[in-house]
Amino acid sequence: MTETPAKAFTPPTRFAVPGRIPVADQTAALWQTATLTEIRRETPHAATFRLAVPGWTGHLPGQHLMLRLTAADGYAAQRHYSIASAPDDSGHIELTLDHVPDGEVSGWFHTVARPGDTVEVRGPLSGFFAWAGDRPALLLGAGSGVVPLMSMVRHHRARDLAVPLRMLVSARGPEELIYARELGTETTAVFTRSAPTGVPVGRMAAAHVAPLLAEQPPNGWEAYVCGSNGFAEHASRLLVEAGQPVERIRIERFG
Amino acid sequence: MNVTRGFTGRPRVDNPGLPPGQYDARDDWPVLSAEVTPDLAPADWSFRIDGLVERPHTWDWDAARALPGSSYEGDIHCVTGWSKFGVRFGGVSLDAFFHVVRPHGSATHAIAYSHTGYTANLPLADLVGGRAWIAWEYDGRPLAPEHGGPARLLVPHLYFWKSAKWIAGITLLDHDEPGFWERNGYHERGNPWEEQRYSGD
Ligand SMILES: Cc1cc2nc3c(=O)[nH]c(=O)nc-3n(C[C@H](O)[C@H](O)[C@H](O)COP(=O)(O)OP(=O)(O)OC[C@H]3O[C@@H](n4cnc5c(N)ncnc54)[C@H](O)[C@@H]3O)c2cc1C
Repeated sequence: MTETPAKAFTPPTRFAVPGRIPVADQTAALWQTATLTEIRRETPHAATFRLAVPGWTGHLPGQHLMLRLTAADGYAAQRHYSIASAPDDSGHIELTLDHVPDGEVSGWFHTVARPGDTVEVRGPLSGFFAWAGDRPALLLGAGSGVVPLMSMVRHHRARDLAVPLRMLVSARGPEELIYARELGTETTAVFTRSAPTGVPVGRMAAAHVAPLLAEQPPNGWEAYVCGSNGFAEHASRLLVEAGQPVERIRIERFG
Repeated sequence: MNVTRGFTGRPRVDNPGLPPGQYDARDDWPVLSAEVTPDLAPADWSFRIDGLVERPHTWDWDAARALPGSSYEGDIHCVTGWSKFGVRFGGVSLDAFFHVVRPHGSATHAIAYSHTGYTANLPLADLVGGRAWIAWEYDGRPLAPEHGGPARLLVPHLYFWKSAKWIAGITLLDHDEPGFWERNGYHERGNPWEEQRYSGD
């Protein structure tokens, strides 16, 4: 006998929280010129690049874009970057880039770029890792993985949102902690190689995650994990072991 | 063309295998999945084909492994920009599974879904004719969990988000329905040679 498929297909398992935020097709398909207006050093290896994008239609905290650099002979390199700034920064967006050794694109930004230069961007992309500011958010990031999470923190502050938000970030040491000056009481920093006196050195562990899951807001947390794949695997496992439902963990892996 | 001042890029290697906008990841194999890697043992894995077929069927690990083996040697391309050359996957051609279930003539599209609930839509034509596999080996070894092990779909001629990790089943339909990333702004088909990255491309 033939089984007739249901009209709308529903996977038989639980993950795949549907994309919450539809992506506007036209803006996602269009390359726009962005002009670099400011460079701010964050750490010895990371800097923030402020870009004026006059046609930017806005984004949600957590979204990323595609960036393209073009050489004189037409050769182009494109990479994904999370948006660091809050949505209300009209006509401007900020990206924070780690200087990857020998990196083709991050290398140009860190050694050549100066205000007035232009690059191309398209986006914002992907509604999956986005946070609209409506649900309690538990953010876990490492290294430059803090970038999209910071957009959420900044949005939370700029709009003075009452919805609970907590962030756990991991960095090699205090001098490597991106946005250190801006982090507030919502954030706990974990240091893996060196720490200020009195602060233990070590990996993010169950002991860091447990207190956050103990203070569950009504209806629980939406968890957002961002960083290298190694960190994403480790942090998401900690969350699952601490009782966070898998279908309420969103992961952005930088590769 | 919008030339970036002072950008020269890496020395070009003329590589006809590299689709536009891609770079060679060499020994790297980046992991890009939006969900938690499931703890899925081969004994708990199963694969089902249903929908517009004559005989819906479910295979467990041993039954799937007992089908005639088939391997893929070639390239893979991820929408985030990397390509990987000369990779080797071992598994079974999807044709062998379709041979058992016998798709109806009315079937035009497929939804592949994972044990995690991830979905990807594909035209049925992209899954038949020796162009798609259920793969459980990479480079002669069991496929690692973060790359979709114990078994993933492999459709190497499309961007890799179509090659659903932790594959649980395929449902054949007489119409197209967006999958997980397609609902999140990605292209319906995802052909790397035509740079079908996002909807609207
Ligand atoms: C969704 C998403 C969001 C991201 N957000 C951010 C962000 O906010 N901030 C951030 O810093 N990064 C982010 N990334 C990572 C970013 O996209 C780039 O991967 C990163 O900036 C490195 O790019 P690159 O061109 O500088 O380095 P690449 O040139 O890609 O090099 C990366 C590494 O590979 C080696 N390599 C690669 N190709 C060659 C070659 N042909 N020859 C020699 N060596 C080679 C390099 O030596 C280097 O170690 C994000 C990634 C994703 C997928």
